[in-house]
This record gives sequence, structure tokens and C-alpha cells, in this order.
Amino acid sequence: MRNITTIFKRELGSYFATPVAYVFIVIFLIMSGAMTFYLGSLYERGQADLSPFFQYHPWLYLFLVPAIAMRLWAEERKSGSIELLMTLPISVGESVIGKYLAAWVFIGISLVLTFPIWITINYLGNPDNGVILAAYLGSFLMAGGFLAIGSCISAMTKNQVIAFIITVVICFLFLLAGSPLVLNFFKVWMPQNIVDAISSLSFLTHYASLAKGVIDLRDVIYFVSLIGFWLYANTIIVEMKKAD
Amino acid sequence: MIKIKNLSKKFGHLTAVEDVSFEVKPGEVLGFLGPNGAGKSTTMKMITGFLSPTTGSVEVCGFDVSEKPIEAKKRIGYLPEGAPSYGEMTPIQYLEFIGQIRQLSGQNKIDRNKEVIQKLHLDKVLNQSIDTLSKGFKRRVGLAQAILHDPEVLILDEPTDGLDPNQKFEVRELINSIAPDKVIIISTHILSEVDAICSRAIIIADGKVLADDTPEGLRSKSSSDKMDDIFREITSGHIS
Ligand SMILES: Nc1ncnc2c1ncn2[C@@H]1O[C@H](COP(=O)(O)OP(=O)(O)OP(=O)(O)O)[C@@H](O)[C@H]1O
Ligand SMILES: [Mg+2]
Repeated sequence: MRNITTIFKRELGSYFATPVAYVFIVIFLIMSGAMTFYLGSLYERGQADLSPFFQYHPWLYLFLVPAIAMRLWAEERKSGSIELLMTLPISVGESVIGKYLAAWVFIGISLVLTFPIWITINYLGNPDNGVILAAYLGSFLMAGGFLAIGSCISAMTKNQVIAFIITVVICFLFLLAGSPLVLNFFKVWMPQNIVDAISSLSFLTHYASLAKGVIDLRDVIYFVSLIGFWLYANTIIVEMKKAD
Repeated sequence: MIKIKNLSKKFGHLTAVEDVSFEVKPGEVLGFLGPNGAGKSTTMKMITGFLSPTTGSVEVCGFDVSEKPIEAKKRIGYLPEGAPSYGEMTPIQYLEFIGQIRQLSGQNKIDRNKEVIQKLHLDKVLNQSIDTLSKGFKRRVGLAQAILHDPEVLILDEPTDGLDPNQKFEVRELINSIAPDKVIIISTHILSEVDAICSRAIIIADGKVLADDTPEGLRSKSSSDKMDDIFREITSGHIS
């Protein structure tokens, strides 16, 4: 635990020591604002809730989370600092978790900084703030899912661009796993129960009720186990590829 | 105490280290010599637990590096080849981070920080990001990191590479001053260093140990008195 905290603090500090943090936060805020007001027509709807804001988060994360995740391990391997990290008296799992949590909290900070939208909607009407808080938590949880995939992929390569592209593709498949586009493709040659299983992996399906502020335990368990799975794979891959 | 038994490392078809065995006792400073690509760094990476051996075993202070990696790593200070570190950090932040991982605390931590900063003359660059330091200073930061927790075992991969003559001298002094109760392995291409600091030298080429002796012992095998000539003779197979 102590080691995880140490790694966590170092990592989080390093975001703010470079322009990465500021560029990311600014782009995150601009994009989420643009999606909410232009695509989601927050004003024109005439309803006091933030669903236009949360509705686009999966698409926002699809590109922004891999951009944060790509450097997690690829950079460490490229610069050689992984040799230092892996010869310090800490376990691989502690490093993986510490680095992951730092990136997740960083995304959390970006998410919290969208609060002006929340203030706006409270100024304009009387939204259910409990629902909004729940939706924020749901969105944060989904970001954690994207991030765990990205962290694992980042450990597979020294090249951040490759890590980014592969992560976007995998996240895209997870997003759309429940959509007719993907399901129709599998329906043709797979038994129904496998098609159902694929459909149940969909980010969009699990996020749909979270985004409405309904915290269903099944959705939470889904994202938590997804994160656990990818981080476990991440640990194994770091162990295998650290010295390549 | 380091015990290395029948250590080998293969990368695909290439055998980087082949059946290397040796022991190093406290008080010994072992110089690890050999041409480029001989397998020096690979051996050091296996001792420090970064690479796992294809066959053979490494024991550090009684702990098998593969079985009890954390215990072994606690007792090792390591300067990897090229002194990698976190470039966006400043040396002081970096030492703080290493100190936390090494579980230093209280007065001890303050004293250790002070000591390594003074010994490696880092005081002028403490608040400059490591990325922007010169090569020699980067190396010194890496050395500071390696000795911060006053480890029983020091593994230094080309510690004086890129240092100015004064710093080379000071780093040798530093190693001599901490040597008496420690196990130290250093790799180097500067053969005069062998006489200056090493109590023993291992010469390796193509992954195999060619000679393992004191500097005087190596001299007695050769007609020449110069370490460079001895090195050339041994690694080109003229004497063994
Ligand atoms: N990750 C790796 N994959 C494949 N081959 C490797 C890898 N690491 C090292 N090698 C090979 O193993 C051999 C030994 O390399 P090593 O770095 O141990 O040499 P060295 O003695 O430290 O040389 P130098 O004096 O140049 O530092 C070389 O032929 C090198 O190409
Ligand atoms: Mg080397």
C-alpha cells in the first residue's frame, strides 16, 4: 500500500511537471463543452438535466483516455526508466496499480473541472443533483475501464502511437459490442448465447443507465471486473516484456 | 555476498551469457571487464533481478533473486547502463522518491540525502529537471540514487562513463571509501580504473568468463605490465 502511494504520487506529480496535464485538461473541457452544447443542444432541449453532457462521454473517452494511457508503460520502456523501477524493492503489481490510479485520478480531476456545466444547469433550472452526482460517478467508472485497457496495451509496445491506435480500436469494439453493427456480424456464424455474451460486454449498454444516474450494481460489477481483468493482464505483460 | 551459479542468458538464438559462476564477498570490489557486447550488462541485469536467467541462479545476501526478489532488491543499489531516470523530475524530487521507496525516514533520510548530494556535488543542480542536465550530471544523479540507502551490494554499470576527470577521481574515491564492508561490482572500459579501485577483475567475452583474478594476478600472466595489453591478449585468445 505504501509503495502504491509512493508510485501514485510520483506519477501524478509528473503529469503536472510537463504540459501534458494542461493540454489534456483544456482539450477535455473544450470537447465536453462542445459536445454538450452543440451536439447535445443543452439549451434548446429546455430540460434541467445533464444527460446531453453525459451521453457523449463514451465518445469523448474513446480518444482522450487512450491519449493518457499510451504513455503509461510505453514511455517507461522507451526511456529505460523501467529498469530502474523494476529493480526497486516493489512488486510489478504495485507499480501497475500506482500508475493506473494516478492516471485515473488525473482523469477524475479533468472531470471535476467540468463543474461550470453543472453550475450552469443549476442556474437555469432545478435539476436532480443526486442523479447528476451518480452520473458523474458512472462516467468516472467507465473512464477507468477505458484506462485499464489502455494501460495494458501500453505495456505491449515501446511505441506510444501504436499503443494509442490499438487502444482506440479495442475500446471502440467494447463500446459498440452491443450495437447491431457488431452483433449482426457475429449473429451469422456464432451461436446465440455467445452473441448474448458479446452483447453483455458492451460499454454503451452498461453505461446507459449509469449516465441516467441509476447505479445498478451489475453495471458497477461489470466495470470493476473489467478493470481488474485488464490490470491483471497488464501486470503479466509488464513482467514478460519489461526487458525486451 | 553474491553467489552466482552457472548463469546463462539466451536471447533467441544468441547466447549473451554462458555458464558464468563466481562469488563476491564483502570488502571486494570486482571489476567487470570485456569488449562491447560481452554480456556485462546482461549479467548485471540478472543480478539485480531485471532479467530472469535462462538457467542458473543468483543469490544476494542469502536471498535467491528469482524466489525472493523484493528482499534481494532491498539490499542492492543499482546504476543501470546509461543511468536512466525520470527526466521530468528534479534531482531533489527524484531522491525524495527513491528515499520513500527505500523506506528511509526521519533524520536518517535527511542525513542520507545530504550525504549523497554532497558526495556527488549535486547541490547546484538540485532544482533543475534531470532532462536538462548534462550527461555527467545525469550519471551522478544515477549514482546518488544507487547509494542513497547505503546498500550492502552495489552494482554499477559504467559509473564513470561521461564524467570529467575530476569527477572520475572523486567517484573512485567514493567507491574506495565505501568499499571495506560492501560487495561492489562495477563494469568499465577504463582499464586504469581496475588498478585504482578493484581488488579483483573478471574478464568476459562472448558471454564466457576468460579470467578471474586480482590485478596483480592478471599481470603475472602476461609479458606486458599494461592493463590494456593484458586485456587485449586475454580477449583475443592469446593467453588464458
Ligand atoms: N533485450 C535483448 N534482446 C536481444 N539481444 C540482447 C538484448 N540485450 C542484450 N542483447 C545482446 O546480448 C549481448 C550482450 O549484451 P550486453 O549489453 O550484456 O553487453 P555489454 O558487455 O554490456 O557491452 P557494452 O560494453 O557495449 O556495454 C549483445 O550481443 C547484445 O546485443
Ligand atoms: Mg553494457
